Amino acid sequence: MSFQSVWFILIVVLWVGYFILEGFDFGVGMLLPFVSRNEADRRAVLTTLGPVWDGNEVWLLVAGGATFAAFPEWYATLFSGFYLPLFLILVGLIVRGVAFEYRSKYGKAQWRQRWDIAIVVASALPSLLWGVAFANIVRGVPLEKSASGSIEYVGGFFNLLNPYALLGGIVTLTVFLTHGAHFLALKTDGEIRVRAHALAIKLGLVSAVAAVAFLAWSNLMLPSINAKFLTLSVATALFWVAGLGANYLRREGWAFIASSLAITTFVTGLFVALYPRVMPSSLGSQFDLTITNASSTEYTLKVMTVVAVVMTPLVLIYQGWTYWVFRKRVSASQIMHPERGVLDTLHL
Amino acid sequence: MHALDLARWQFAITTVYHFLFVPITIGMAFLVAGLQTAWFRTNKLKYLRATKFFGRLFLINFAIGVVTGIVQEFQFGMNWSSYSRFVGDIFGAPLAMEGLLAFFLESTFLGLWIFGWDRLPKKIHLASIWLAATGTLLSAYFILAANSWMQHPVGYILNATKGRAELTNIFTVLTQKTALATFFHTIPSAAFTGAAFIAGVSAWLIIKKKDIEMSRTTLKAGLVTMLISFVLVGFSGDFTSRVMTQQQPMKMAAAEALYTTTDSAPFSLLTIGSLDGSRSVFQIDIPSVLSFLSTGDFKGVVEGVNDLQTKYETQYGPGDYKPNIPLAYWSFRLMMGFGFIAAFFALLALWQLRKGGTPKGKWFAPAMISLPFLPLLANSFGWIFTETARQPWAVFGLIKTADGVSTVVSAGAVLFTMIAFTVLYGVLAFIEVGLILKTIHNGPRPEEDFEVASIGGSADRPLVMSY
Repeated sequence: MSFQSVWFILIVVLWVGYFILEGFDFGVGMLLPFVSRNEADRRAVLTTLGPVWDGNEVWLLVAGGATFAAFPEWYATLFSGFYLPLFLILVGLIVRGVAFEYRSKYGKAQWRQRWDIAIVVASALPSLLWGVAFANIVRGVPLEKSASGSIEYVGGFFNLLNPYALLGGIVTLTVFLTHGAHFLALKTDGEIRVRAHALAIKLGLVSAVAAVAFLAWSNLMLPSINAKFLTLSVATALFWVAGLGANYLRREGWAFIASSLAITTFVTGLFVALYPRVMPSSLGSQFDLTITNASSTEYTLKVMTVVAVVMTPLVLIYQGWTYWVFRKRVSASQIMHPERGVLDTLHL
Repeated sequence: MHALDLARWQFAITTVYHFLFVPITIGMAFLVAGLQTAWFRTNKLKYLRATKFFGRLFLINFAIGVVTGIVQEFQFGMNWSSYSRFVGDIFGAPLAMEGLLAFFLESTFLGLWIFGWDRLPKKIHLASIWLAATGTLLSAYFILAANSWMQHPVGYILNATKGRAELTNIFTVLTQKTALATFFHTIPSAAFTGAAFIAGVSAWLIIKKKDIEMSRTTLKAGLVTMLISFVLVGFSGDFTSRVMTQQQPMKMAAAEALYTTTDSAPFSLLTIGSLDGSRSVFQIDIPSVLSFLSTGDFKGVVEGVNDLQTKYETQYGPGDYKPNIPLAYWSFRLMMGFGFIAAFFALLALWQLRKGGTPKGKWFAPAMISLPFLPLLANSFGWIFTETARQPWAVFGLIKTADGVSTVVSAGAVLFTMIAFTVLYGVLAFIEVGLILKTIHNGPRPEEDFEVASIGGSADRPLVMSY
């Protein structure tokens, strides 16, 4: 196997990791007002993310950095081409991260309400836009060779808002919502857990419809049936149903694992449909970006392979260990003085 | 304005802003780790209060540093895609390594530290903050190696067919003199910045008579750290300027507004240049010092701007190879000036603190309030100097900034995102400063000393830390 293929696979792994991990972060963020009835609930919900959200987001930074290092042409064309959606994603990530850290600093209701709105919107925006972006990549966008010989995106912003891509956005949005509900059901106790269960069933059915439609469309869009992609699509559907079933049976751990597996086969399937292209052009296959014409030199890929092979297992071990340390369920009753902000002046 | 100018402004705004938070994070991570170690070793509660109090300030600052860092990594592809295509084979590697080696370490162990007070054995909890601090250090190293490659490209060949630079030796890129010099200049600067923040806050607490027992200790620790790191910054700065003179003589010439090649070149204290910056009208100089600073020899030859311009025209073809000289000249001086003033205040305060005295005098309060800000200004001007005085190059001698900008992004799009980021960053700064001031106003909270619960216990035990 070529080093280019190795890096294609590694980038798939990074995106899979990112969508599983930040996927439930986004879901929990969006569900915040819908699973909580009071301040203690809200703080318990956010506390499930507290120790892990930042580490989860690093998967995106590494995916971005790895794409830059391994496939600079892909990185350059994608990021300059999908300019405004990426900008909106960045704004979402900025606002969300700050909101997590700052919202409970003060107890004032208005302060907290504003940050809560920020958390919901800033979680929903990237959830939707990642789906739009990936669907566009799979569908193919107008790419053309520029005067200097580079392959550049020549469509506009509204070109990206086609029905197929929007459906993709709805899929990621609803999948992350369901995945987040599975996570909350697994990580909380008491009423939040009950509400998360109920929501996961409803959201899971909506996302199942959207995802099946999207995957059917994706498979039919290809010039010929891709057996591997089709298999992975079917697997996605099965894992998803299994997750919903496990949730229905109150097997929270299994439900979360199943939705994680569904995300894995979903993302992997889309990349398999792309391979060996990384960004197909809708203006003719001569303008496709592929793992060959977008990649770095073999030397760079070798260097990065060594780094990835040594570091990735290590990262998985210590990040996994964090989840083990914080494995206990969080319940609203454990939150001391939920109305009080850390920075509120005390009247002892 | 063209997309190019706007993209440059956007880069300047987002980078300078991001780098206000970075050195505080690096410096304070180690200082908080040190305070917690002191508590671990001595069991004195003043160290625990200090760890918690400065830890809170550290985290308020860290939040903005993290989220603005994401923009930095994406911006190359968004606004500078031609640059990214040209350098990706080399420049991407340290960025990816930064993510894999540094960001994961930093974020994961910081999460463990923040939420782990009652979940981890004391020793492991202490190790978490040290590992997070190590993460910040690694992050600095990789990104500085990437930046150093822009200042002085090594370990590459040019591939004319593909129109890009290609990596031939990663070790050369990671260990070249420029990278090491920059690292050993930036890290003590970060320690200086973090320490100045802690010292300034501690002094304020003393003025307000809050927790004097703790504040005296942290003030002293901050001031001593400042002075030690100041010496290191000075040495590495001296070394850096020599490396710079060899590798980027135009930058040194611009920093000194030295227009013609001279031996025994003077160090300029003040220059008033003509408006177009092409020659100087009035200068106050110290004889031979520039030659010494840049070559290590009082009689050394230092190349001047005009001679270098002629040389580069022959080497790289016609064009303007002069950076913005007044900007380079002044930013270089402001960098050193603000650093010197902060170090001077630190020395003065430390002198008065000896033998248990309390600093007196009208100067103390304003000097100490200014203490956290001075290094921030010094850092910003340092980067403004080193990045603008490399112009017109993005990568010295290889690709000009003008050739690096994205060709498919319109000026309107760049303007829109620039305004949006600026407004968003402004709002965040406003909120952040408010929280910092409130935290300082509250001061350390003695009751927190008793909130360190033991390990284990029932699942329903109240959480020590929650969002």
